[in-house]
Amino acid sequence: MSAYIASLVSVIGINLILALSLNIITGFCGQVSLGHAAFYGIGAYTAAYLAKLGAPLPLTLLAGAAMAGAIGIVVGLTSLRVRHDFLAVTTMGIGFVFLGFVRKQKWLGGELGISGIPGSGLDPVSYAVLIVAFAAAVMGFCLWIKHSWMGFTFDAVADDEDAARTVGVNVSTYKLVAFGIGTALAGLAGGLYVYFARIILPDTFDFVQSIAILTMVVIGGTGSVWGVFAATIALTLLPEVSRAAADYRLLIFGAMLILVMRFSPGGLASLVRRKPA
Amino acid sequence: MNTLARVEDLHISFGGVAAASGISLTVEQGEFLALIGPNGAGKTTALRMVAGLLRPDRGRVFFGERDVTNLPAHARVRLGLGFTHQIVRPFYGFTTVENVMLAAGHHQTESPWRALASRSRAAAREKAQAILERIGLGAQAGQSPRALPLGQRKRLEVARALALDPKLLLLDEPLAGLSSHEATTMADLVRALSGQGITVVLVEHNLGEVLRVADRLVVLDAGKVLAEGLPKDVMARPDVRQAYTGVI
Repeated sequence: MSAYIASLVSVIGINLILALSLNIITGFCGQVSLGHAAFYGIGAYTAAYLAKLGAPLPLTLLAGAAMAGAIGIVVGLTSLRVRHDFLAVTTMGIGFVFLGFVRKQKWLGGELGISGIPGSGLDPVSYAVLIVAFAAAVMGFCLWIKHSWMGFTFDAVADDEDAARTVGVNVSTYKLVAFGIGTALAGLAGGLYVYFARIILPDTFDFVQSIAILTMVVIGGTGSVWGVFAATIALTLLPEVSRAAADYRLLIFGAMLILVMRFSPGGLASLVRRKPA
Repeated sequence: MNTLARVEDLHISFGGVAAASGISLTVEQGEFLALIGPNGAGKTTALRMVAGLLRPDRGRVFFGERDVTNLPAHARVRLGLGFTHQIVRPFYGFTTVENVMLAAGHHQTESPWRALASRSRAAAREKAQAILERIGLGAQAGQSPRALPLGQRKRLEVARALALDPKLLLLDEPLAGLSSHEATTMADLVRALSGQGITVVLVEHNLGEVLRVADRLVVLDAGKVLAEGLPKDVMARPDVRQAYTGVI
């Protein structure tokens, strides 16, 4: 495997974890989030900071996931108060708060981010394999959730919260669990990104990144694990296909979102089967 | 008879308008109680306060000996309080049988971690199918609730509540919007459930069917209990007739 391929595989794996993690919150549980990149960033900053202090890779990844998950649960508390478009605006605000915070923190490198991050101790190919192993585990976990009673209950919460309450579902707890798991996995992706890039900049975790993750979920089909898998690979490879696609990435993503909403609101998954599974 | 549930001095206001002004009543084990009254009397509000979907400004709700006033709706469901909505609320993304399965598997969904560890839906599907057969929706099990006419959606709502193994079933206008024939069939169904040992509290405007099937009436008017007792005794009272029908 060449260094280029290893790099591409690493990016696909990280994006896959990110998209699947958002899919748990938005796809499975029906809670709109437009600030998911913030949790990716929280995981990355936590892992990078600890790595520079000399913490080993397993600890930094775990700490990144735990920090993102803990803050994710706090943010999830807002979903108990607001729904739909109000929740979308609130989560978007969380993303801006995160960026505004890290940009002003000298101990986090301010606008220049954190550089000089120690390596993982693995060569690029081995590290790519590690990322793929994590992505495969996350994918397996998502498929498990989907077919468990938790997935069934998430579907009910996404469908009608009030009706879910009348069948004994503690809607608040399930929402917080979705936020907790989804944001922790985004934090894990952030930690993996740190050792891949060895430098992190605030702009990597901006609103555009949140929309890029959401695009992968929506185009794949919200709630569909295999659809999100296919869309993430396709959209990550798209800029590699041509220079033009790379230059007009945002334009293409936006156009694809509009086309999917117009012609196939269920995303790629709905083209394959009627109901996402 | 033993008292299964009781409410004491329930008050609630919406925007300064009192919807309940001191409602107190008891529900005896095994009875079929109907809450009736004119529009705006506070019937649905009272039922929703018992179910935990509304929190009273003042007063207490007891289920058995337990004070459940501060328990959320889902926790009351798990104690045995089933509820059906006035406007049907099926999960439109599920099939008919899946709607009932989620309720039938309520032990699995009690905690997210238990739900995560549980995958088999066979037992819940079997129980849900049996309940659908019992209430006459067996043939519609695989259909989307969108494909069901209102009468069948109302039955689905009852089936979902039954799947929770309720001790007390709170039914909010299950006959509303149904044809005369459908209303009679639904009333018979609810009566049959009552005969099978489930305590039923029914809020309903269809007075003819209520008088035919209920054991006892509680009449609400302007957020207060106006009268209660056997149907024929209650309906013979002039104040009830005036409040309910507008004529003496």
